[in-house]
Amino acid sequence: MITVGMDVGTRTTRAVVLEEGQRLRAKIRLPTGYNFAQSIQGAYDAVLAAAQVTPAEVDYLAATGFGRYRVEKRDLSITDITAAARGARFFFPRTRSVLDVGAGNARASKINEKGKVLKFRSTEKCAAGGGGFLERIAFYSQIGLDRLGATALGAHNPVAISTVCSVLAESEVINLITQEVPLEDILMGAHQSVVGRVLLTLKQVGIEQEVTLTGGLVENPAFVQAFEQKMGGKLNSSGDLYYAAAVGAAYLGHQRLLKKRGEAA
Amino acid sequence: MQASRSYYAGIDAGSTYTKGALVDDRGNIVGTAVDMTGVNIVTASKKIYGLLLDKTGMNESDVAYVVGTGYGRYRITFGNTQVTEISCHAKGAHLLYPNTHTVLDMGGQDTKAIRVNAHGEVMDFSMNDKCAAGTGRFIEGSARVLGLKLQEVGELSLRSTNPVKISSTCAVFAETETQEQLAWGHSLEDVLYGIHASMATRAIGLLRRVGIEPEITFTGGVSMNPGMIRALEEQLGQRLNHDGKTMYCGAIGAAIFALERASSATHEGGSAA
Repeated sequence: MITVGMDVGTRTTRAVVLEEGQRLRAKIRLPTGYNFAQSIQGAYDAVLAAAQVTPAEVDYLAATGFGRYRVEKRDLSITDITAAARGARFFFPRTRSVLDVGAGNARASKINEKGKVLKFRSTEKCAAGGGGFLERIAFYSQIGLDRLGATALGAHNPVAISTVCSVLAESEVINLITQEVPLEDILMGAHQSVVGRVLLTLKQVGIEQEVTLTGGLVENPAFVQAFEQKMGGKLNSSGDLYYAAAVGAAYLGHQRLLKKRGEAA
Repeated sequence: MQASRSYYAGIDAGSTYTKGALVDDRGNIVGTAVDMTGVNIVTASKKIYGLLLDKTGMNESDVAYVVGTGYGRYRITFGNTQVTEISCHAKGAHLLYPNTHTVLDMGGQDTKAIRVNAHGEVMDFSMNDKCAAGTGRFIEGSARVLGLKLQEVGELSLRSTNPVKISSTCAVFAETETQEQLAWGHSLEDVLYGIHASMATRAIGLLRRVGIEPEITFTGGVSMNPGMIRALEEQLGQRLNHDGKTMYCGAIGAAIFALERASSATHEGGSAA
């Protein structure tokens, strides 16, 4: 059985192909951009090509992310929380706390041994608790987003960014730059600010080992380091957790299909 | 020679634009100047001062006193003193519209509601403190994601026939919502007007905190935006005072403070220069 999972996020659309609910055959990412229909179709076509699967061979398509309702061919739509939790457990079966940090916001959930979400919280009203804050900092400091985390790791004396608002933080960053504070220290300070806010969200649901990080921030080593330091523990953040929600969606699609076929038989 | 030093300058170093105004010894506005602030407030304020002198055909020796205001006011190295932008906007609005009792100042990253008395003195004020919601940045961000110039968005929004409701409070989320609403098929004009209407609602919330008493004078950079004027007037159900000078209100108020400070210094026997 072939199931496709698609995670249409505020910045990036991910698509994965899962075989028998177990083997990750292909994964792809594309910018979500302005034209949803185009990026969704593009990601779908690309992931099928990468997995060497024809559209006719796809048994089920499950969608998640803020743009999930735009996936017209979907058989199922799943909330970000549930999809990320399932995806986290797919890669790290002993996961009990899931932290999913995307560009828009951060979502924390506590799951039981079966992967069921017991409790969740998210940063909803403002962008300060999401990767968008760091994206802005990267923009203000004129350093590419891809180099942001690695540069921050060079910090010796991180300077806290006290402004919560991602937009108003611009003046603070520029002031620090003109005061000749090393860029690494400003950037690490910015990471620590986001970590502080995100950790608060995670604490609201309760921290239980293992803790797994999913979403775009998985690829930011400074965020992971700052988070582990502040939490005082290890964070699962390796490999394909960037695609966790898409994988979670595909996995849940597989489960749904099994159940449906079982009922039909 | 007292006669050569009979002009007074105000420099308003804002987050987006730096503005300058020059008044004579009777408080008449002689000239104004504006340019982007950019990253260096010191350079920007010097540049505006130079521009202001050039435009009015004056020399530094003609200026008796300079007052700095705006968020970068403490970086204005050549000024005699600084006054908060709240006092300056109140003073400037009172000069332009003497019946002003309420001032709404919308700038790049602050929005302020100010209640003033018959003399243009601040009685009460309220402002956004924690976040950029409801400030000029809200429009700027949406303009950027749409690839439009800041000057275009207000004008375009006036062509809206069926405004879209923008529910995001956060300026960053509003950018995403802007894209999303367009993707759903709403027209650019309707989405843009929705952004202006959403900002107007937040600004009116601030105004209510200080009490809305006519006349209301709309100041700051956003007072040049016709979409914002329409949205505010529709929701308030009353007219706002605004014109080509209201964006200079902070600088004009600062220049009037310069005139007053210089006069009182002279009366006390001190040297204004």
